[in-house]
Amino acid sequence: MAELGQIAQKVRSKNAGPFWLTVDIFCGDPVTFARVSGALDSARVAALYRVAEAEMRRFDIADLNVVKFSFPRPTVQGTAADRDMHGAGWAVLLEEMEIG
Amino acid sequence: MVRVLIPTGALGLAYDRDALSRGVANRPDIIAVDGGSTDSGPSYLGRGVSKYSRSTTKAEWRDLMRARAEAGVPLVIGTAGTCGADSAVDWLYEITTELAAELGQKVRVARLYSGQAPEMVAGALRAGRITPLSGAPSVDEDTLRSCTNIVALAGAEQIRAALDTGADIVIAGRTTDTAIIAALPIAASCDPGAAWHGAKVGECGALATTNPASGVIQIDFDETGFTLEPLGRTARATPYTVSAHMLYENTDPFILYEPGGHLDVTGSRYSALDDRRVRVEGSVWVPGPYTVKLEGARVAGYQVVSLTLLRDRRYVENARAWAEDVASRCRKVAMERTGLTASEFTIEMRLIGQDATLGLLETGRVTPVEVGVLCIVTAPSEAQAAEIGKILNPYLLHHALTEDEPMPTFAFPFSPAEMTRGAVYEFCLHHILALDDPMAAFRLEVTEIGHG
Repeated sequence: MAELGQIAQKVRSKNAGPFWLTVDIFCGDPVTFARVSGALDSARVAALYRVAEAEMRRFDIADLNVVKFSFPRPTVQGTAADRDMHGAGWAVLLEEMEIG
Repeated sequence: MVRVLIPTGALGLAYDRDALSRGVANRPDIIAVDGGSTDSGPSYLGRGVSKYSRSTTKAEWRDLMRARAEAGVPLVIGTAGTCGADSAVDWLYEITTELAAELGQKVRVARLYSGQAPEMVAGALRAGRITPLSGAPSVDEDTLRSCTNIVALAGAEQIRAALDTGADIVIAGRTTDTAIIAALPIAASCDPGAAWHGAKVGECGALATTNPASGVIQIDFDETGFTLEPLGRTARATPYTVSAHMLYENTDPFILYEPGGHLDVTGSRYSALDDRRVRVEGSVWVPGPYTVKLEGARVAGYQVVSLTLLRDRRYVENARAWAEDVASRCRKVAMERTGLTASEFTIEMRLIGQDATLGLLETGRVTPVEVGVLCIVTAPSEAQAAEIGKILNPYLLHHALTEDEPMPTFAFPFSPAEMTRGAVYEFCLHHILALDDPMAAFRLEVTEIGHG
């Protein structure tokens, strides 16, 4: 077990418009990509962000060694309840997640 | 072949001036720069103002107006003034008028307005011409009427109409990030898939290269693809940096919706021409119904915030309980004093050092050396928010964890302790509007300004 952020090259989250968030996991090489892609459980990721798994889109992109998740923003950007205008802070939840 | 020079990802973000000079010397057919985004939140659209400083905007726009004059080609900016509301277009037009006089330039300026009258949008909703996108909030006619600004995102057709006026400078309101780059290549019969894909890769300037801060890139479009070349001395584009850019701020890394269709890059081929230029072919444009996306913002209350610092170890360890005790006592008092009901206002306590970024999603558990308690009051009016902010003050200063201890005093960094934030806005549209004629929701004004 290790934290994803220690295995992957970079984990980045960003708004995809005010209503969606997208998280890119840059694995850096095919071996790491295969490990991350195989070990990452979509249900766990959905639970981490408290979104319904059915609403989450996942892309495993071997050409880029990237695993990408997109889902409705946990809070709509800029509403009174929003804490992170650009959505970049959400990446740490995945960075700090332990995977096999 | 059409060569598009892109000075930076957004006017106001700075760029490499030597690289811009090299770009001008390479004889571009157009200079295209983005002026905005929703990324900084709804306040800019709500108020119809720019996020960037006027002096910085003017300094950079001066450089670009000079570059345009030297190159003798059109200069086009999309989403002027961060939000692309009509007032933001007028703001940049005013700056342009000042600069034309200062630089001794006589220029033909086309303003493309994207603002939508709420009543017109309400009519379109009644007529069934508005469709929600995935994740959209529900809207009714009252929601639309309560918007302080609604804009439609122009595509390539509207930018082309502005260029067809013979304008030297096009100041466009809200457009898609890509439209200002894709418009001329499409008009010149370059491959539309390449035009939109190159535009998406180029819309953030040098972000799709190894040196994002250098800003300046040029893209050559032709009948089969596009070639991207960064102009900063140390910047390199590689098949990886270019192909990975479709991930950026994009829900689906293979599909990009635009007015009148969508781009599909599933079969795109990326090849290195040398160690700094990348060629892309095989991107496909799939035509569809002509729709434009709508954005709208409205006032969602008024805010007052306070910041209190807890440094005493016992209070740091019990910060959440302390903060919630303060908030619940103040809620009761605030209801008595202002007459508001519990659902009409909020007092939110965010613990900086503990969970201010992630709230309930936070998984980290480390006791910090201090905690900043950010108290956010949101109420229906500015006066009510101010009242509640002041009701909070004595608790934030002196509230004790228990009754049988000496009265504590906490650190306020400011006097007054309360900071008035004014209106808080919210985005309330994530919808598309069907149009029979692309120009039906937009208007153009063309003027000659300055003297040369």
